[in-house]
Amino acid sequence: MDFKFNNPFQDSGSSFYDWLSANHPDALPGGRLRAEEGGNEGRRSSMVPHGTTVLALKYRDGVIIAGDRMATEGYQVSARRIEKVYKVDEHSAIAIAGAAGPCIELAKLFQTELEHYEKLEGAELSTDGKANKLSQMVKGNLPMAFQGLVVIPIFVGYDLKRNEGRIFKYDITGGRYEEADYFSTGSGGKDARTTMKKLYQPGLNETEAVRTALEALYDAAEEDIGTGGPDLIRGIYPTVKTVTVKGVLDIDENPIRQFVERLMETRKRGS
Amino acid sequence: MAFPYYVSPEQMMQDKAEYAKKGIAKGRSIIAMEYQDGILMVADNPSVSLNKISEIYDAIAFLGAGKYSEFENLRKAGIRHADLKGYMYSREDVTAKSLANAYSQALGTTFSQEVKPLEVEIAVVAVGESGPTGEIYRISFDGSITDERGVTVIGGRSEAVTLFLKDRYKGGLSLSDALMLCKEAIENSSGQKLTVQTMEVAVLDRNREGRKFRRLTADEVTELVQQR
Repeated sequence: MDFKFNNPFQDSGSSFYDWLSANHPDALPGGRLRAEEGGNEGRRSSMVPHGTTVLALKYRDGVIIAGDRMATEGYQVSARRIEKVYKVDEHSAIAIAGAAGPCIELAKLFQTELEHYEKLEGAELSTDGKANKLSQMVKGNLPMAFQGLVVIPIFVGYDLKRNEGRIFKYDITGGRYEEADYFSTGSGGKDARTTMKKLYQPGLNETEAVRTALEALYDAAEEDIGTGGPDLIRGIYPTVKTVTVKGVLDIDENPIRQFVERLMETRKRGS
Repeated sequence: MAFPYYVSPEQMMQDKAEYAKKGIAKGRSIIAMEYQDGILMVADNPSVSLNKISEIYDAIAFLGAGKYSEFENLRKAGIRHADLKGYMYSREDVTAKSLANAYSQALGTTFSQEVKPLEVEIAVVAVGESGPTGEIYRISFDGSITDERGVTVIGGRSEAVTLFLKDRYKGGLSLSDALMLCKEAIENSSGQKLTVQTMEVAVLDRNREGRKFRRLTADEVTELVQQR
């Protein structure tokens, strides 16, 4: 057990990430890779699986966060059932696009970070506090991003003080930007955004919002080779979660399947 | 010529132990007790924000008696230990036994090597997935560790409270029965009435999903007390 009477004003405080960085840097996402010299732009990019399209949009009760299920390695499919959307605590979730390994690790580390803070301090971080912390963690990944292992999250939270859902997007330098209505990132992000741009309205109800999210992912899968569409043969559908005052809830596979089937019917008729 | 003082190791340890015990006995008692759905923790604590009971991990909780600054440091170290283990391996690999051992080592080393021993007594408790398979470890200022069954008392006049509970505690109590028993035991040893405002109450409830730890609010405690 690491047990010393430190000066609390000098130690890493209540952050698990800071403490891990100081004491066990090898355990951070990417570990030893971080220490390597740069100058090899993108050289690892096609060697590892990449997750692709994820999105978030606001609706009446909070935020919807969703993602497709495919991971690619260059032009190959490396996984069909990968999970890119994670619940991080009672009222927030994260969706990640980029190099799958560091992405999943970052999501896990972020979950631990928030729980750790809550246990040490006896109170949850504010939504802004969570978003800022994630920004520092993404910034810490910058050396790896220069080697092609990019990690780009979307963070959504239900802000209990403001009583509204919030969406934050990031760039590789840890830049954090709040989005007002919807956002999508990853290889098919632009296509998904175009669809949401056409379909989005403030104050959608849950059904409409889920339909919009699925339609955006469907269009992304049509236009972008990296994004996986609904796989009817294997029964693989996008992940959709709602983040509201009631917490983070999964939308079951059944309704998602029905939405997707209806959507495909409509498209067959050519409308 | 001045002679350096000679103090026999035996005497030194005895002095340290006495010093630590005195510090711990000054405080108030804390009880951890198994009830039908898990483990109930009750502390006589007038402060709302300076807690003596805390969550460590999914099914593990921490109780600290004695000097606040000292057991607070231990609590934080415990949360780091558990979170690191859960992050590096898996959530199910974080066990109360390993944590209790780490505490025992830390306290033992401090007791023998530092001039001032830690004036704390702590307990690590964990609730099992199913059935009455809770774990309760009590760790003293010198690192000695005991594995308790059903109920444990730390801090204050713990012997008196333990004695009071010895004949009265039985397994499978309901939450309100267990709470009342803890309340009576603490009142009996301190000679003072415990009010809802001065009680810190939490449970490890095995029926909860994921994290089992939950603090009971003053309203909930009032309701439980009135059920009787």
